[in-house]
Amino acid sequence: MALRGDWVYENNGGTCVAIAGADYTVVAADTRLSVGYSIYTREFSKICTLADKCVLASSGFQGDMKALQKNLCARHLIYQHQQNKKMSCPAMAQHLSNTLYYKRFFPYYTFNILGGLDNEGKGCVYTYDAVGSYERVGYSCQGTGGTLIMPVLDNQLKSPSPLLLAARDAVTPLSESEAVDLVKDVFASATERDIYTGDKLEIIIVNAAGIRREFIDLRKD
Amino acid sequence: MEKARVDLPPKGGFSFDLCRRNEMLTKKGLQLPGFRKTGTTIVGLIFEDGVILGADTRATEGPIVADKNCEKIHYMAPNIYCCGAGTAADTEAVTDMVSSQLQLHRYATRRESRVITALTLLKSHLFSYQGHVSAALVLGGVDITGPHLHTVYPHGSTDTLPFATMGSGSLAAMAVFESKYKEGLTREDGIQLVGEAICSGIFNDLGSGSNVDVCVITKGKTDYLRNHQLPNPRTYISSRGYSFDRGHTEVLSTKITPLKLKAEVVENDAMEE
Repeated sequence: MALRGDWVYENNGGTCVAIAGADYTVVAADTRLSVGYSIYTREFSKICTLADKCVLASSGFQGDMKALQKNLCARHLIYQHQQNKKMSCPAMAQHLSNTLYYKRFFPYYTFNILGGLDNEGKGCVYTYDAVGSYERVGYSCQGTGGTLIMPVLDNQLKSPSPLLLAARDAVTPLSESEAVDLVKDVFASATERDIYTGDKLEIIIVNAAGIRREFIDLRKD
Repeated sequence: MEKARVDLPPKGGFSFDLCRRNEMLTKKGLQLPGFRKTGTTIVGLIFEDGVILGADTRATEGPIVADKNCEKIHYMAPNIYCCGAGTAADTEAVTDMVSSQLQLHRYATRRESRVITALTLLKSHLFSYQGHVSAALVLGGVDITGPHLHTVYPHGSTDTLPFATMGSGSLAAMAVFESKYKEGLTREDGIQLVGEAICSGIFNDLGSGSNVDVCVITKGKTDYLRNHQLPNPRTYISSRGYSFDRGHTEVLSTKITPLKLKAEVVENDAMEE
């Protein structure tokens, strides 16, 4: 792919996960930035706090991620000036989708997850593709380790009969500490098998009290 | 007058017969099957008493780790070992094949195998397959003529060196060697340096990882130190654990088919003798 003269993207690897709870949301991403078989840095944050109840995690091309974050933060500031209030998570979700689709024919090479609390204080997670198609879900994972983690989350978080409970309302019954424990374990497992995931795990917990950040070490090989 | 055509038996080496067919198929859009590469760091160095070989233990299939603890240091002869990088099947097959040939040779000559014998067998096999056998090897051993260390490339060229590295992590490992190698290292210093070079590959190259294997070969004795270092333990184990109770997976329907007829045993009187 990189042999073509016009290939402008690069995949910097990494994995992001988000889980929505009854009154909290957990958003986590590893901190490794890599290209090919090399590591650029072990301490790169893929998570950006856009508003006090709204957190964005992206994997993919980090150049585009930085540009996207700047764009969203600037637009959020304009919104605050014009509407005299902060953007809510569902509003930010729609806005992110519009921003991504705006560049439909030269996309942001980012795979995003937006996590936060909705207007009622319940946890919400929105998952995106590269051009802005989005859906509100109970949990999601993106990135190189996403395919390794998704089946485990499906098994642990999906309610017994998916026919009974629509995905929209599927906030997990797990408590906040149990969800964080699950996220840590699932990342440790993904790190074992995905070469692009590792170094450190950054976990952000959004609840009524605000935003809390935690770090744990992952395998560095 | 018609000349009689003599069909010579194939002499071995790469047969180019199917290359045109394969090209035609790829043009039509067929995906050739991938193979597992080891994406490796392998090293060797010569110290005062012999040769030390080292390797990491990760085998990758693209971006996924296929084996977290594979063995990359292969046995060739009691006094000769070979580290392999490249396609895992190729390194296994070629080292097994040459190892068998060496054993037959030992029976025929009634002597300990020499490293250059293994080297010549490997290089002529790899050359005749024109690089399609993707095996990059670090071959080391101690024989009657002394300690030897060679590198063998997939196309069949070889180098004879005092210290060598191969694989995707070779640059990281070579940086350590170039910085710290000197002639006449002791056994402890040599093992320490090999461990450092492999760790450099493990932590800086994404294709290498997990543990360090070391093999020390001296005159008359070989020590295969499998998992000499384990610098990558799992960082987090959930204390909650996972339970899968009945009902976790929905049972949609149940059907029981008895395979054997149940035989009823009726108590009878014991047989009269």
